[in-house]
Amino acid sequence: MTKQIRQLDRVVIRFAGDSGDGMQLTGDRFTSETAQLGNDISTLPNFPAEIRAPAGTLPGVSSFQVHFADYDILTPGDAPNVLVAMNPAALKANLTDLPRGADIIVNTDEFTRRNLAKVGYTTSPLDDDSLAGYVVHPVALTSMTIGALAEHEVSKKDAERAKNMFALGLLSWMYSRPYESTLRFLERKFAARPELVAANVAAFRAGWNFGETTEDFSVRYEVKPAKMVPGTYRNITGNAALSLGLVAAGVRSGLPVFLGAYPITPASDILHELSKHKKFGVVTMQAEDEIAAVGAALGASYGGALGVTTTSGPGVALKSETISLAVALELPLVIVDVQRAGPSTGMPTKTEQADLNMALYGRHGEAPVAVIAPKSPADCFHAALEAARIALTYRTPVLLLSDNYVANGSEPWLLPDVESLPDLRVEFASRPNGEDGTTFLPYLRDPETLARPWAIPGTPGLEHRIGGLEKADKTGDISYDPANHDFMVRTRAARIETIPVPDVEVEDPDGDARVLVLGWGSTYGPIGAACRGLRQRGLSIAQAHLRHLAPMPANLGEVLRAYDRVVIPEMNLGQLAHVIRAKYLVDAIGYNQVRGLPFTAAELETMLEEVLKNV
Amino acid sequence: MSEPVALKLTAKDFKSDQEVRWCPGCGDYAILAAVQGFMPELNIPRENIVFISGIGCSSRFPYYMNTYGLHSIHGRAPAIATGLSVSRPDLSVWVVTGDGDALSIGGNHLIHALRRNVNLKILLFNNRIYGLTKGQYSPTSEIGKVTKSTPVGSADAPFNPLSLALGAEATFVARTIDSDRKHLQSVLRAAAEHQGSAFVEIYQNCNIFNDGAFDPLKEPATRDDFLIRLEHGQPITFGKDGQFCVVHPPGGFGLEVRETAATPAEEIVVHDAGVADPAYAFALSRLPGLDLRNTPIGVFRSVNRSSYDTVVQEQVAAAKAGVDQTPEEQLAGLLSAGDTWTIL
Repeated sequence: MTKQIRQLDRVVIRFAGDSGDGMQLTGDRFTSETAQLGNDISTLPNFPAEIRAPAGTLPGVSSFQVHFADYDILTPGDAPNVLVAMNPAALKANLTDLPRGADIIVNTDEFTRRNLAKVGYTTSPLDDDSLAGYVVHPVALTSMTIGALAEHEVSKKDAERAKNMFALGLLSWMYSRPYESTLRFLERKFAARPELVAANVAAFRAGWNFGETTEDFSVRYEVKPAKMVPGTYRNITGNAALSLGLVAAGVRSGLPVFLGAYPITPASDILHELSKHKKFGVVTMQAEDEIAAVGAALGASYGGALGVTTTSGPGVALKSETISLAVALELPLVIVDVQRAGPSTGMPTKTEQADLNMALYGRHGEAPVAVIAPKSPADCFHAALEAARIALTYRTPVLLLSDNYVANGSEPWLLPDVESLPDLRVEFASRPNGEDGTTFLPYLRDPETLARPWAIPGTPGLEHRIGGLEKADKTGDISYDPANHDFMVRTRAARIETIPVPDVEVEDPDGDARVLVLGWGSTYGPIGAACRGLRQRGLSIAQAHLRHLAPMPANLGEVLRAYDRVVIPEMNLGQLAHVIRAKYLVDAIGYNQVRGLPFTAAELETMLEEVLKNV
Repeated sequence: MSEPVALKLTAKDFKSDQEVRWCPGCGDYAILAAVQGFMPELNIPRENIVFISGIGCSSRFPYYMNTYGLHSIHGRAPAIATGLSVSRPDLSVWVVTGDGDALSIGGNHLIHALRRNVNLKILLFNNRIYGLTKGQYSPTSEIGKVTKSTPVGSADAPFNPLSLALGAEATFVARTIDSDRKHLQSVLRAAAEHQGSAFVEIYQNCNIFNDGAFDPLKEPATRDDFLIRLEHGQPITFGKDGQFCVVHPPGGFGLEVRETAATPAEEIVVHDAGVADPAYAFALSRLPGLDLRNTPIGVFRSVNRSSYDTVVQEQVAAAKAGVDQTPEEQLAGLLSAGDTWTIL
């Protein structure tokens, strides 16, 4: 049977199942196949904090959304066109996100009376007309997978577990994906158990062939490659990109990277990744707690390493005293906060941007640090390098505010040429800097950067003592002198305030916009997509996005004042807006949401349209 | 291997230009002088020695040593020192701490540094009181201690620092006293020679807030009968006339003090700091009574176990072995690892 082939410009698929169903892996493989084809991609995993919530329940649903297109896209998509639901819980948990007319592929084997009852269905939605508005494809995924593997020497359990590969095969067929990378992946993953390689490949092929032969799927789709900047790409998550950025910072500075970390969601993957890169001289230490993690990193910096600690909001709170010490010691330190929904334990696997206040102000005393935020998964690589650059050049702690959305989301990354990466080499102090030629003054500053000398132990003639007590200017001796303290506090503030950072760029293709949308961090994608939507409809709007939150770009005030209205969407209750209003006296409008989920482009577009109407 | 060049340093070389500001009569002066006097023996260039402290009276120590020094924050010195030691195995890293700093606010870091066996020399000045905050009871104060914060007596039982360190399976555990410079230096010597964490408790007198806390161990009239001077390979006997000894009674879990005259010589425990099971040293640490009778000093335990620093550096060295690319080439390879695609 020849199937009809239909061209699409973009598709959003959500794979959803029980947390034991392997949906993250399925989504990941589909993404990789899609990347090989050359589509632009953006992905968003969504999983529960529980490792294995009770099977078949709503809290146990894990999903992975992938958006791919033949043009450049900015977000994982607001709403799926296709939902793969491996059980009734997955259907129920995701149905409200589906627009009418969407395709739903359901694993009918799991729609038993017991499983339906677990999520409160009294009748099967497959049998009543509650799904009438959708295109439902009932597929007996489990039993067909087991059937396909009847001749294979695997247990029934292993056969059943291969059902995600059946689903992947079916979807790969539907969207004409090249699957060689998946076959290679399965060979690697199950290298120790060849029978599982064979079974999973067979399940994948069975899914593919099912698509080709069954009449239920009459259309096959194609999404042509996107026109992207020439170069070599790989798909990468924010946490992976951030880790590689830190490795790159070590290479480009010539310093060993020392990571002190305590496991915490959603930052642990950075620890996992960096622990693999010992050949670059990267040392990772899983510390006894968050405080020890940052303490060890600071100790390593004191000794001449690039000290890094990675955590999430609760961890930053614990580290705050040590960050203040780093402010006083004026040593390089990179603190990565992969933000999650708070306060307290909050929602560890959900995203939020509510740690900005803590990053800017969350320490005792006047303790300013530099703060930067990546705008997308791939941008985490460059943000990590920038954090290291500021830390090393200006001898200061730098807080890097990632969040769960960019950390676990993925997108294609144009691989940079290593030689084009910033040169981060530093010079350690090597000789006395006092006028007499023999004295060493640990707090005598470089007039340009205001950085003090980095005199590492092991350097003869520069033995000196520093600490958290206030220090006299230049000598670093303990000082309680009032004028000295006032001077040192102001100098530490000036050290951060005068760090040169690039001007903020404004995207206003029409050139006549009266409204500016200002964002920071991970909202870049949804804001950008919303602005595009408005412009496509003939409306003018300007977009600016902050990477540097402390210090802020020198031109920001001028940019803000050039518009009649400034709108600041944030996944918090208005933390950046508060700063902007206070600092620039601009009557910025906040648009705030704290649902643990990223903004959708559609809601931002609707909100911005309202603002435009009222200017 | 050629003999290292003698640096010919003296105690004076280890004195910094800072005015020492402990209270007159504080036991810390004696410890400082003993450490400065001992340091030349190490024959390590001053620039390769680092003293790291937390907060408290004892933690001012690094300011007075003409080495590298870091006066950090309360309780965190072992954590900070761990990061330094692991990334700079070429340095000799010393932690100076007190009973509040190490056992109260920093208890977690202390036990983990010891369990990891980080190559640190940890000197805990135990005066059984908070000095810098002016006289509150500490986690080593005896139960019922009347202080500013406990006007009718403290309600909580103290830590025995050595028992705690041994519970964390520290590989080197010793105790000494501020007033006995010769003994203090002998313990420092043993600590410095140890590979891995060396934990040294130093009984130190706070003459302002807890004066005389260790007097029975110092007064000529009592000290010989109260102190057990541990010596590796020697039977444990003590007292002015050697009239007491330590035995391991059959059926018991611990060690007990007996009269030497009534004890067959073969029943007297011969001190062996190298016993692998920390239970032996733990039993020694349990001997003293509330009145400080039967207080052992010296090296309780000194056993070999790979230090954390060494294992971490070996892992890095193993990963680097055989790499013949430049770091930039390696990085290019790392960035392009996995599934990539090229757009022309």
